[in-house]
Amino acid sequence: MTIVPALDLFVAGVVLIVAVWTVVARDSSSAVVGFVAYGLLLALVWVRLGAPDVALTEAAIGSGLTGALLIGAAARLRAGESSTSAEHLGGVGRTLVAALATIVAAAIAVALLSLPDPAPSLAPEAAANAGATGLGNPITNVLMAFRAMDTMLEKFVLVIALVGVWSLAPDGAWGGRPRSYHRADPEGALVFLARVLPPLGVVLGIYVLWVSADHPGGAFQGATILAAMWLVVLMAGLGDVPEVGRQQLRLMLVAGPVVFLIVGLGGLLLGGAFLSYPQDWAKPVILAIEFAMILTVAATLALLVAGPPERSAEP
Amino acid sequence: MSETIVFGLCAAVVAGLGLYGAIVNPQPLRKILAFNLLGSGVFLFFGVVARRGAAAGFPGDPIPQALVITGVVVAFSATALALALLLRYFDATGSASLRDGAASNAGPESTDA
Amino acid sequence: MSAVLDLVTIVAVSAGVFFFLAGTVGLLRFPDTLTRLHALTKADNLGLGLVALGLLPQAGSLQNGLKLVCVWLLVLLAGATVSQLVAQAARREGSSS
Repeated sequence: MTIVPALDLFVAGVVLIVAVWTVVARDSSSAVVGFVAYGLLLALVWVRLGAPDVALTEAAIGSGLTGALLIGAAARLRAGESSTSAEHLGGVGRTLVAALATIVAAAIAVALLSLPDPAPSLAPEAAANAGATGLGNPITNVLMAFRAMDTMLEKFVLVIALVGVWSLAPDGAWGGRPRSYHRADPEGALVFLARVLPPLGVVLGIYVLWVSADHPGGAFQGATILAAMWLVVLMAGLGDVPEVGRQQLRLMLVAGPVVFLIVGLGGLLLGGAFLSYPQDWAKPVILAIEFAMILTVAATLALLVAGPPERSAEP
Repeated sequence: MSETIVFGLCAAVVAGLGLYGAIVNPQPLRKILAFNLLGSGVFLFFGVVARRGAAAGFPGDPIPQALVITGVVVAFSATALALALLLRYFDATGSASLRDGAASNAGPESTDA
Repeated sequence: MSAVLDLVTIVAVSAGVFFFLAGTVGLLRFPDTLTRLHALTKADNLGLGLVALGLLPQAGSLQNGLKLVCVWLLVLLAGATVSQLVAQAARREGSSS
């Protein structure tokens, strides 16, 4: 069994090499590609740490969607890259910063090595109360029941971030459409992919949500797949980003948080606590929240990648 | 439980690297990247803590793991907002530099539709 | 029977890893974008196919086996599309870096 620790060391080494590359690479595009590779490798680490749900999230959001955002930004910023190259810190400054970073890393390492043994854990409580919801996946239990407040507030964070992005629109484009991608050859491979992949991807996204009751998966991961399908269609030019001022779109964006809030307030009326689910109905209620959430989260994620409106509302 | 040590030290180094990159790199895009690296090091540390708390038949403590999932999504929203700010600044001033005066020769807004 | 299946897995996955290695060497050593793509697409598609084939006997159930085949097909589709797009971008820019 010595091969498994050796593999761990190997994966950790490759992760560190790619992380170093991300920091020291000369041009931004290479650094961004390094970051995407880093995220994918990190997903392997998460599997080794017994967290397949986190591995899916890291691969889908941490690497995939963040990567799409960063690649787009790097391409647009390429023109301004040369003007900042003269601003590098001097040798002394670099050494000081390196010393600071080393101290921080060493402090984290010392904290790691002095963690109490046996480690404190809430896993027994999570296992003992799993019966209350009828869900088999402990992560989904924590996200949707035990710590549902975090998940609800996170929905708000997503919507608020989108409001922040939209508020950066130039005056003329207020309430209009985000930048379009229209560059694809209508007979090309991307258009073919955008016609073939989305039906499969939509099924896969809903499947990832559905199995999250008992297996690794979840609403975020499923929503990310749905968002990616929409983005493929947009990039191929088969559809256009909707005007952000449209009523229907805005309703869809608040549907998830609002359903969550209504369920929470309903719990306050019926069960006596905010977000307490009615006994025996916990699983259907959680599924209802998750299905409202997946649409909202998918739309929010895709619009965050699409960016602020840059074309005016009336064409 | 050797993987917690290996990946825990890996998390510490990644966090240090992220901090170094966020301070040293002059380009805002690279600062955002490095900040994400720093965050993922912290998430990884959480993952190690979760792994050490494996009990009751679970491969790890599900509470920190769920917190990390929430954290990854929030980090994505923050990155999206930061990049939107950066691109807007770049469009408005024609420069991606954060230094005072670098944008002094900024022209009028060129992005109006 | 299981020993034979394990042998199939070992042989197929090893062959797959060899093709991945060859593709990666090509990616690192070839001089321009198009030849790199040439090395990468062919070797990696075959490598992934062999790895998926090798894992089929270990899948345990028909459902898991079908999932493996789906993963392989989806990666083929995505890989083919992305290599087309990279090649188009390389041709448009006319660079060979």
